[in-house]
Amino acid sequence: MEKPNQSASPRVFQASQPPQAALSGALTRPPSSLWADAWQRLKRNRAAIVSLFILAIIVLAAVFGPMIAPYAYDKQDLRQSNKPPSAQHWLGTDRLGQDVLARLLIGARVSLAVAFVAQVVIVLIGLPAGLLAGYLGGWVDNLIMRTVEVLYSIPVLLLIILIMTSLRETLERGEGPLAQALSVLDNASGGLLGTIIGISLIAWIVVARLMRGQVLTLKKQEFVMAARAVGAPDLRIMRRHLLPNSLSPVIIAVTYGIPQAIFLEAGLSFLGLGVRPPMPSWGLMIAEGSRAIRSYPYLVTSPALILAITMICFTFLGDGLRDALDPRMKR
Amino acid sequence: MARYIIRRLILLVPTLLAIYTLTFLLIHATPGGPWNYAARPLRPEMIERLKEKYRLNDPLPKQYIDYLVGALQGDFGPSYRHQERTVSQVVAGGLPISLQIGIASLVLAAAVGIPLGVLSAVRHNTWLDYLTTFVSVVGYATPPYVWAVLFVLVFSLSLGWFPTSGWGGLFSNKAVLPVVTLATAAMALFARYTRASMLDVLGADYLRTARAKGLHEWTVVLGHGLRNALIPVVTVGGVLMADTIIGSFFVESIFALPGIGYYYVESVLARDYPLIMAGTLIYSVLLLSLNLLVDISYAVLDPRVRYQ
Repeated sequence: MEKPNQSASPRVFQASQPPQAALSGALTRPPSSLWADAWQRLKRNRAAIVSLFILAIIVLAAVFGPMIAPYAYDKQDLRQSNKPPSAQHWLGTDRLGQDVLARLLIGARVSLAVAFVAQVVIVLIGLPAGLLAGYLGGWVDNLIMRTVEVLYSIPVLLLIILIMTSLRETLERGEGPLAQALSVLDNASGGLLGTIIGISLIAWIVVARLMRGQVLTLKKQEFVMAARAVGAPDLRIMRRHLLPNSLSPVIIAVTYGIPQAIFLEAGLSFLGLGVRPPMPSWGLMIAEGSRAIRSYPYLVTSPALILAITMICFTFLGDGLRDALDPRMKR
Repeated sequence: MARYIIRRLILLVPTLLAIYTLTFLLIHATPGGPWNYAARPLRPEMIERLKEKYRLNDPLPKQYIDYLVGALQGDFGPSYRHQERTVSQVVAGGLPISLQIGIASLVLAAAVGIPLGVLSAVRHNTWLDYLTTFVSVVGYATPPYVWAVLFVLVFSLSLGWFPTSGWGGLFSNKAVLPVVTLATAAMALFARYTRASMLDVLGADYLRTARAKGLHEWTVVLGHGLRNALIPVVTVGGVLMADTIIGSFFVESIFALPGIGYYYVESVLARDYPLIMAGTLIYSVLLLSLNLLVDISYAVLDPRVRYQ
């Protein structure tokens, strides 16, 4: 793919930078940053905007829902077990008489927390790793990329299942000061911490690979050469030139990474390796519900649908963001 | 070409060794063991005897070498959980089922997905295109375990067309739902990639030439367009196969199919070391050879691609 030339490439990111349009004087349109342009393009994408709206509702429900829900997610009432949806329990109750809606709302917190926290960790590991590998090259590159390659050649779920079992046992026993501290946190969060660690340990390689590729193409371009020629130190070149210019593919990867993390969390909980009862997770609820699918089909319907809707919306948003941030990739 | 294939085959060895080592280390770095049941703990002497029996008291380097040597000769050891069978027997029972379902669903996915993608590209920016694009996002963004549940709800419980679980061979009606479930995501991705790649090709000069020669429109689209558009789709086939393999963990456990994915997940939860090792190695070999096959087919399909 042809890279845009010098005039277009160092994109205008900060509002404080002198507007380039004023310099050229020939433009009739007010100058707009990459982000404003992207937002304009995103707004025209109906599927992405509808998805954004639905996701906003889901996030709000996850944050405030449990506060106003009349039942606690772990309140068991065995006289009310396995009741179909009714006025008291809008989505029915499960085997232990727990309110399905209350559990769905906490499940939303679990899914979103895993998705976002994992992305933060992934970016914190993957971005510097890719940046260093691409910019420094040599043995650093070799070390990081060989690690990435081995991790890449094992299917994600296989690897994460192996890591999760190991992590679970280590956390449950809590031997040694670090493991003990993590173990306390993990138990307090109902197994959430372990799940986040497991997903982050694997998923950083995607961002690292992407970032390295970006840096490899960017570092040969004139503006980096110019920065080096005027004596900018490596750290500054990486921070001020390479990082901002390779952000948009990383943002796209992160947006796609969110549904991937939700998928992994739900999948792990489904297999019994993720979040532990009584902490609810959509995946766990689907697993429990699918065992009683004949007698109580409503138990599995609501978590399955809400999980599907969330993942579909994040995917549409990811598609929209990709088209908006990188119009060359638009089909 | 032959030299390229040989070199790639040789490169498989260190990769597989790395995977073997990583799995071995992960298994043995985990505290506890296969017989530390929380509910009804075994007496320590019992555990000791079991460990002795399965030679888990040997020094780790010896276990590492012993198992590797055994595995190279096709002996993956005894299964701790399925005491009456060896791991090789468990694998021999499960793998054919998984492969049948996997291949059937991939064929189904390609048979539906590729024509949809072509149609979508030919009718670019029409309602048909929008619909296909939308359906394909829904198809691959929804996890396989959700599809499985929804299909069972609709086709088994409401309509009563298919049974909910079990295995009766690929051509029994029990296999329909698992195959369709596994195929859904792959179908959607086939459609998506075919569409994207067709759109690229449809604008090419040689298509205009073909049209100018007065060829029939379908000859142009299928004979000249699709042939070239399929090249990137084939590379994606490897990724899709990986997706299908991963989906099989969930699909086999929901539909209670005695496939290798089912046994693999069970072995991980039960810490059945030899079965975990065998499962990981088999999956890795499958995926790695698939990647290789994809690279080779790339060269076969596109004469411009030459490997040194």
